[in-house]
Amino acid sequence: MSMSAAEFGLALSVFLACTVEAVEALTIVLAVGTVRSWRSSLYGVGAATLALAVLVAALGPALSAIPIGALRVIVGGLLLVFGLQWLRKAILRAAGLKALHDELGNFAEETERARLAGADPGPRDAFDGYAFTVSLKAVLLEGLEVVFIVLTFGANQHRVGLAAIAAALAVLLVTAVGFAVRAPLARVPENAMKFAVGIMLTSFGAFWSAEGAGSHWPGGDAALLVIIPVLALASLAMVGTLRRAPAVAR
Amino acid sequence: MTVLVAIWDFVVGDDWRTAAGVVVAISATAALQGAGVTAWWLIPLAVLALLVRSLLVAARRG
Repeated sequence: MSMSAAEFGLALSVFLACTVEAVEALTIVLAVGTVRSWRSSLYGVGAATLALAVLVAALGPALSAIPIGALRVIVGGLLLVFGLQWLRKAILRAAGLKALHDELGNFAEETERARLAGADPGPRDAFDGYAFTVSLKAVLLEGLEVVFIVLTFGANQHRVGLAAIAAALAVLLVTAVGFAVRAPLARVPENAMKFAVGIMLTSFGAFWSAEGAGSHWPGGDAALLVIIPVLALASLAMVGTLRRAPAVAR
Repeated sequence: MTVLVAIWDFVVGDDWRTAAGVVVAISATAALQGAGVTAWWLIPLAVLALLVRSLLVAARRG
């Protein structure tokens, strides 16, 4: 089965976004699992994953039923707002004006919090409410951003299924690696991935919202092959400028 | 109400001016197209301007 450039962009964006969010959730799950109870942590992960899957299954078809013009304006606008948030934070982190995500530090903090929280979890097979709740919350909160991207990207191209598969592959990969090494994935280049996702969300958002507003891009879909690198280069230039001009920050 | 606040925080984040700028850019594009003016260039320009503004504000805030 062949994949168009737009579909490849969709799958890649969802995969990268999901990988980043899964790495962040994994850190918390590993911490509470190690200190409290693996079984209860995994129940929490399962419950949250199920809730997220139900959300995609329920909202995906509903969004796909909206007429394409209106859908492109709404989804394009949302992707633009969302993508610009991701991109701004990634540029600030790359320029050294915002702290990078520190998975080892977060793991140490979560581990300490889990140790101090409440009573001893008891026997290994006993249900531990703390481990369940913290794991459920972590996966649910990190997963909501992925669900948003899966739904908006997927519905616009009528490929919610493809987006969901890309997200599932990312979760499986991160889970497998995380449980194999039994440590937070601190060496994953999170900010570079967030930067890439921000570029993709913003580019597709600009493309679709303009089309939804009645514009026709020169070259049609091929315009994306110009928008994406131009935005990437402009963003890299912004990183360079902010790095060289720290006075702006004061 | 709490749900609406949560949705607002989730989608718009801490910079509502960027979200407002996106709405203005899309509306202006639709208005120009409606008047028969080719306006595909407006949103990309608005995106760059909004990104630069938002970065400068965030950088100054520190």
